[in-house]
Amino acid sequence: MSDATTPETPSLLLRIGRFLRDNPVIPLIGLLFALIGILELMRPGIISPFWMGNTMRFAIPLAMLAACQVLTMLTGGIDLSAAVVATVAGFVVATATPLVGVPLAVSIALGAGLMVGLVNGIGVAFARVHPLIMTLGTGLIATGCLQVYQRYVIATGSEIPAFLVWLGTGRTGILPNSLYVFIPFAVLILLLLRYTGFGRVLFAIGSNENATRLSGLRSWQLLMALYLLSGFIAALTGLLYVGIIRAPSLSLANPLLLPSVAAAVIGGTSIFGGRGSYAGAIVGALILTVMGTMLTLMQLPEGARRIIFGLIILLVTALFVRITNQR
Amino acid sequence: MTTETEPLLDASHVAKSFGAVRALTDASLTLRRGEVVALMGANGAGKSTFVKILTGALRPDSGTFNIKGRPARAGSPAEARRSGLVPVYQEPSLIPDLNVADNLRLGGTPTEPFRRWVAELGIEGLRLTDMIGQLPLATLRIMDLARALASDPDVVLLDEMTAALPTDLVEKVLATMRAQADAGLGVIFISHRFAEIAHLCDRASVLRDGRTVGDLKIEPGVEDRAVELMLGARIDLGSRAPGEAPPPRPAGPPRLRLSGLAAGNKLTDVSFDLHAGEVLGLVALEGQGQDELFATLAGFRRPTGGVYEVDGRAAAFGHPADAIARGVKLVPANRSEALLKERSVRENIALPFSTRMRDWGVLRMAHERARVAEAIARLQIDTRAQGEVQRLSGGNQQKVTIARWLAHGVETLLLFDPTRGIDVRTKRQIYDLVRELAAQGTAVLYYTSELQEVPLACDRTVVLFNGRTVDEISAAEADQETLMRAAYGLSRTRAAGVSA
Repeated sequence: MSDATTPETPSLLLRIGRFLRDNPVIPLIGLLFALIGILELMRPGIISPFWMGNTMRFAIPLAMLAACQVLTMLTGGIDLSAAVVATVAGFVVATATPLVGVPLAVSIALGAGLMVGLVNGIGVAFARVHPLIMTLGTGLIATGCLQVYQRYVIATGSEIPAFLVWLGTGRTGILPNSLYVFIPFAVLILLLLRYTGFGRVLFAIGSNENATRLSGLRSWQLLMALYLLSGFIAALTGLLYVGIIRAPSLSLANPLLLPSVAAAVIGGTSIFGGRGSYAGAIVGALILTVMGTMLTLMQLPEGARRIIFGLIILLVTALFVRITNQR
Repeated sequence: MTTETEPLLDASHVAKSFGAVRALTDASLTLRRGEVVALMGANGAGKSTFVKILTGALRPDSGTFNIKGRPARAGSPAEARRSGLVPVYQEPSLIPDLNVADNLRLGGTPTEPFRRWVAELGIEGLRLTDMIGQLPLATLRIMDLARALASDPDVVLLDEMTAALPTDLVEKVLATMRAQADAGLGVIFISHRFAEIAHLCDRASVLRDGRTVGDLKIEPGVEDRAVELMLGARIDLGSRAPGEAPPPRPAGPPRLRLSGLAAGNKLTDVSFDLHAGEVLGLVALEGQGQDELFATLAGFRRPTGGVYEVDGRAAAFGHPADAIARGVKLVPANRSEALLKERSVRENIALPFSTRMRDWGVLRMAHERARVAEAIARLQIDTRAQGEVQRLSGGNQQKVTIARWLAHGVETLLLFDPTRGIDVRTKRQIYDLVRELAAQGTAVLYYTSELQEVPLACDRTVVLFNGRTVDEISAAEADQETLMRAAYGLSRTRAAGVSA
């Protein structure tokens, strides 16, 4: 090696960092396969078409909630009410179906999601409340409302619409039926981010809000649309999730909240806005689901499992941010 | 111990690449005690990268860099400071929400020497309890320098620190730095004004295309040689072709009409007409209300009084989107306000195509690509590093902010100091572009902090003083002395009143 080439070949780590930064999904897919490999070593024979279908089934709602986080995080925000909205939608659709029938119950559930999104949007766009606080607040309020609502419907019992059960638990061949919802959904989100003006300004406002204002963006319009969309996606996730779990409860999808944020962050979305990808978040959701299986297999007590899960999320995120942000 | 002959700072054969872009290939700089060396180079020559390496903000890929004989290669900005090199930038690094004393404490600056330096540099009446956010920008720049000097450095690096500083303060700064150098300080000085370099520096080190191409002793006539070295070929600073006399004042209704316009207490009484096809210069010293004027015209704040009309209709814009809808578009002073640093050149230029709600649907890719390519070609933007705007040189970044409105279409263009801190060649391109736009019927309002630009770019000039328009000067009369006197609120010619 001659001296003349040294300026062109910076350290290996630096070059890997740059590559990862430009193609954040590739190493994530590598990590996913590595985890699956480790799983196969731990319990030979576990990897089967059935297992893969099952993993997808549980990763899908997580990946959908992660869409709420990716979209809001691109603007420098976050949606902490998403999981509660999913719970509300799931619970409402199951309890309202015996009373008002399926179409109206589904409409009410989705309407509830839009309602929370509307309040989030007003708070963030007009009152300029930080999205973290705003969505935390509306999440709490929605939980409270759900408890009040439960008292009125406690006697009516619950019934989960058959098509949601079919979507949530049915299979076509080895693949879960929820892919019928998820594939069009994911394609739409990916196209939205890449090929529409809405996607453009989402990235732009998170990158430099002042520049978007100078270029003529009225940010309240964008923020209203964004949080409405996020609420709608969360409600949709709730409908699917209640079909998977088949037991409506007051904390149905709540445990998915932090994993949905983690999936987005692991997938390369910056919490400061302006950078991120939904493809990364989908892989992130799969990684988290596989990791969950792995920890279950270790037969650790619940507490230890949570500690390890938290540590792994922190570690992966820290490592990833460090590698991809190096100059 | 440092001897007289051993260099204070010695960087040699420094190289640095960003991905495929080689910002520096072979840069060198030596500085001895008591010397003032200018670092010169056109935009994209690698000056900013070299400065970042000298101040420890970036690591060089190869080459050596010693301060006082000790390697400073693995440095960070803090380490560079500790080893005795203190930078002072165009943008002061002070925290706006704290007062002067707190800012000093944060940086560990001793108070007494700081006060002495502030006084010596010509700022009076500064109290330690003043909030940084409420002090004028010029004062902050001086404070930044005073802070650097108070820390008793071996080397001070002034990076465009005098740009847009009022003339009297520039003189104080230059005099103080010269005196300090004579007492043994080493100074690295970066400025786009030859006059300042000629006044202050002993030598000039010239960068071109990432390489140190010359080390000149400053003597009369050295400017020509320096420009030659910087540009690789000889071009003069530029003048308007004699045939291109300013056009007669356009007839018809004005594009913009301002009469007694006021906004807040810094902008009290501004009146002028701006016609299609003309470039109207605006001259003002720092803080005479020009920021407020541009903010009002572009829709960032509402006028509080007077008349503001666009194409004969009243305009009280509540948002820049309102101004854009009426064809009034702003290129702001600060590039970092206008750019999406981490996004591509294309996305930056195409941004206004997607800001209205009705444009949130599917992007018109072919249309967008064509308009962006056209704007890039017209402004001759160097797109080697187009993946992220922050990897472009300052001049190319400025071109991107202008290209955005060219691609979008522009009837009235508000340019706020568009050539600040960029090189001669890019400046010329911007003058040419402004003239060309006017010839095609655009109305241009052009504020500049460099008086010598006025006759090159503008048809006539209004002077803003203390929030009011005080004078109007045609291009033919707009020599620097006339403008300067008007900007200081003096009568136009010396003792005109007495001789009349």
